[in-house]
Amino acid sequence: MIRAEVIVTLKDGILDPQGKTITGALGGIGIEGIKEIGTGKYFHLRFNTNNLEKARSSTEAVCEKLLSNPVIEKYTYKIIEE
Amino acid sequence: MKIGIVVFPGSNCELDTQHVLKNLLGQDVIMLWHEQRDLEGSDVVILPGGFSYGDYLRTGAIARFSPIMESVIEFAAKGKPLIGICNGFQILLECGLLPGALVTNGSLKFISDNVIIRVETESSIYTSKYEKSQLLKMPIAHIGGSFFADDDTLEEIESDGRVAFRYCDAKGNANSKSNPNASLGNIAGIYNKEGNVLGLMPHPERASESLLGSTDGLGLFESLISFN
Repeated sequence: MIRAEVIVTLKDGILDPQGKTITGALGGIGIEGIKEIGTGKYFHLRFNTNNLEKARSSTEAVCEKLLSNPVIEKYTYKIIEE
Repeated sequence: MKIGIVVFPGSNCELDTQHVLKNLLGQDVIMLWHEQRDLEGSDVVILPGGFSYGDYLRTGAIARFSPIMESVIEFAAKGKPLIGICNGFQILLECGLLPGALVTNGSLKFISDNVIIRVETESSIYTSKYEKSQLLKMPIAHIGGSFFADDDTLEEIESDGRVAFRYCDAKGNANSKSNPNASLGNIAGIYNKEGNVLGLMPHPERASESLLGSTDGLGLFESLISFN
């Protein structure tokens, strides 16, 4: 079986108010060494095909068309064979 | 004039909009369910405010794939008037009929408040009943209303004179203090290149009766009716 994992994050330069707020909480919980935390969205996809190329192209299509808004977001993905 | 209001699952301003257009302005208003493709001869189409599809994924991201949207995109391509209010604006951006995007308010908070917006154009089919630089009081109610566009797009919108409304203070100053949601350029509403598509975050339909505290939104609908 193959599946995919997609991560969508805001493009550089787009304000990430959630990330900023989370980063702001670090000082109060005693964890040191973290400069910044950013947020994003995680999606997992299962396929009804075993064709890797087809899975790859479908993943890219759904990322472009639905899962991300290219005006403000970018995505990365990996196809996993199990 | 026949005005079609598109209803998505999660829309919640369609009846307010219908009330203003039908009961106050005497127009023929029809409701268009998002699963249909027929716009039933509408002369104007309005995408109302609300939380279509629960705002899942991104605001407007799923509604844009509703069957009716194909017809709405064709309708806009013919130069017919199309307005997106609040969530409707978000849908117009997601489907590419308007440039840019709306992101989470700078404060991270849902804002429900009356704001002042400044009319930036006088010749538009949506603002002919207003004076340029006229100040209007209208409510906003959103968490994802911060307008964003990349530098080139923003410059194009500005130089083409496609900013419809800007957030400002009571004296008409548009600056960071009078910007409720951290929108670039204090932008509250924009037109497409041809000027027939308008998207705005404030709610003119909630500012059309003195009982509700403001009638400043009525001019937008009256402009549109006089144009047709």
